[in-house]
Amino acid sequence: MEKAPAAPHPEYDLLRPIEDPGKSFYYIVAVLLVIILYTGYVYIRQLYYGLGVTGMAQPVTWGFYIINFVFFIGISHAGTLISAILRLSKAEWRRPITRMAEVITAIVLAIGGLHPIIDLGRPDRMSHLFFNGRLQSPLLWDITSITAYFTASTIYLYIPMIPDIAILRDRGVRPRWLYEFLSWGWQGTEQQHKVLDRAMNILMVVVIPIAISVHTIISYIFAMTVQPGWHSTIFGPYFVVGAIFSGIAAILVLMIVFRKVFHLERYLKLIHFNYLSVLLLIMSLLWFYFTFSEYLTGFYGHEPNEMRVFWYKFSGDFAPYFWTMVACNFLLPLILLSNRRTRTIPGILVASISVIIGMWLERLIIVVPSLANPRLPYPTGIYIPSHTEWVLFLGGVSVFILGYMLFARFFPVISIWEIQEGRQESAKAVTERITSYMPDPQPPLAKG
Amino acid sequence: MKWGMVIDLQKCTGCGECVAACKLENNVAIVEPKESEMGRTMLWMDMLTMYEGEYPRLRVRQFPRPCMHCDHPPCTKVCPVRATYKNEEGIVAQIYPQCIGCRYCMAACPYTVKSFNWYKPEWAPGIRETTNPDVSVRPAGVVEKCTFCVHRLQKAKEQAKSEGRTLREDDFQTACAESCPAGAIVFGDLDNTGHRVSSLSHSPRATRLLEDLGTEPKVIYLKEVD
Ligand code: SF4
Ligand code: SF4
Repeated sequence: MEKAPAAPHPEYDLLRPIEDPGKSFYYIVAVLLVIILYTGYVYIRQLYYGLGVTGMAQPVTWGFYIINFVFFIGISHAGTLISAILRLSKAEWRRPITRMAEVITAIVLAIGGLHPIIDLGRPDRMSHLFFNGRLQSPLLWDITSITAYFTASTIYLYIPMIPDIAILRDRGVRPRWLYEFLSWGWQGTEQQHKVLDRAMNILMVVVIPIAISVHTIISYIFAMTVQPGWHSTIFGPYFVVGAIFSGIAAILVLMIVFRKVFHLERYLKLIHFNYLSVLLLIMSLLWFYFTFSEYLTGFYGHEPNEMRVFWYKFSGDFAPYFWTMVACNFLLPLILLSNRRTRTIPGILVASISVIIGMWLERLIIVVPSLANPRLPYPTGIYIPSHTEWVLFLGGVSVFILGYMLFARFFPVISIWEIQEGRQESAKAVTERITSYMPDPQPPLAKG
Repeated sequence: MKWGMVIDLQKCTGCGECVAACKLENNVAIVEPKESEMGRTMLWMDMLTMYEGEYPRLRVRQFPRPCMHCDHPPCTKVCPVRATYKNEEGIVAQIYPQCIGCRYCMAACPYTVKSFNWYKPEWAPGIRETTNPDVSVRPAGVVEKCTFCVHRLQKAKEQAKSEGRTLREDDFQTACAESCPAGAIVFGDLDNTGHRVSSLSHSPRATRLLEDLGTEPKVIYLKEVD
């Protein structure tokens, strides 16, 4: 085995951030650590005083924490689900994006999964969930499905990484023990490749239903109550669509950032952005379709309590958020992405960021107005998040950025071996595949 | 046995005595004015005001609102740890040491009757000593609500047992029913024809809040007639 860096690796662009991270990396990490430490302090204060330090009250008993929970878990659908679908459908253009997407899932799921705990009045009693857990409660299904998704998606992230870790190990990158340990004795033999392929295939198929279940169940938390605005049969698929929607936007933003920072233009080409942004556009249309059906049926049903929530969103206190959401999730992406001239990298960046904001607003609009409009005549107020909630939100985002940066510091964000495999084999494989489903040539006409 | 309550709105004057009695009986925390402004007032028995019609034909109605102790309680269905549940006598109870404070039950209750302890409850010096020793003080971070004064039921049952007889209606009344100067609140066993609630609950004036939701409240209101 070679020791110190030998001949330049053919994919040196992908290895550079690991072998030579540069100074600015440490500056950004320092800033993020400061934010995270402060977040920790704010959280400990909340633990000490109780949830009173938040802006929640009666009847709006769920606020930022639950909104961010749904939002983060939604973003997590970027990864594993999309990557699994692309791999499964043998889309060749997937090769440079799958890993980036999977990393999002793993990190964001961990953050999102913590949110319900932050939201608990008594986090010290968490263990009750295991010892006294009631399986009839959607909250329990939620914990189960998120745990399953987290497990499956980290394995699904890790397994295709093994050959790349072995490359790093063989190049003697430090810390050696890490790569030594994580490469799991990978030598690249044919047998090992076979096992790897099989494992990936199994995970791909397993991960898709789990991912769908995760967001369906989150929607059930709301839909299983009889509250106006929540009690809706469309919520499951609606949430899943929204999740994939915000997920794609998140990958696009990350791809654009990485391309710029690490000079990955050779890998992340315009065509990738083009394909993904068309997908984003389709999801935007789908999102609109679901939103439209959801509100139209509510409107026609004209149940008084339902209507109160409806008008609260359309023209009441929440109207600014509601209409901003429509603009962010539908109008802006539609305008920017349906036009070839604006479907450029800056255009896509703007559309993606707007979708991320819009989807966050959507979660806000789902959680708060229903609670703020109780059926019986109670004085209601608008929910105003406190400093604590803002800091915890910022902290969550910082943990995400830090997590992603650390990942990129130690592992290639683009799968090296899959790129190489693509270069070497896929042209042949694709031709074979195409011929396999092309109509057979006409049999020669029988003579006579 | 099926404990229930009848509130006669014809008799109720909206004086708020029941609200105060409940607060004292059950050691319901008093929150600071600032908190109260935020909507964190804690009341197990609340007095709701409903406006009917339009000015100048405006009609203001007031009605006391405890927990409905639904027969199909949406709150207990969603609790992840069985900290709220319906007991054999139909009372929807809270187990404070078990509640993890997720507030799912609050989000699910269509009557918005549950209160959350945002902070550690505090009493002004002197008042602390007057709290009811029969009712536990809830810590911060848990949900609480009207229990139909279940501690009184406990006492009454023990008393009846020691006297070797069955429970009579007068043995056990909730604090609100007992304190109501107009006698508008009647409490008792809905299944027992010997109890007044049972016959009142069949009155033609009987109605329940949000009946169409199918929660089957065990608090029955007798409509005003005008
Ligand atoms: S009124 Fe609300 S808290 Fe009381 S039993 Fe019904 S659902 Fe539960
Ligand atoms: S707040 Fe407590 S009682 Fe209510 S659902 Fe959560 S654990 Fe159960």
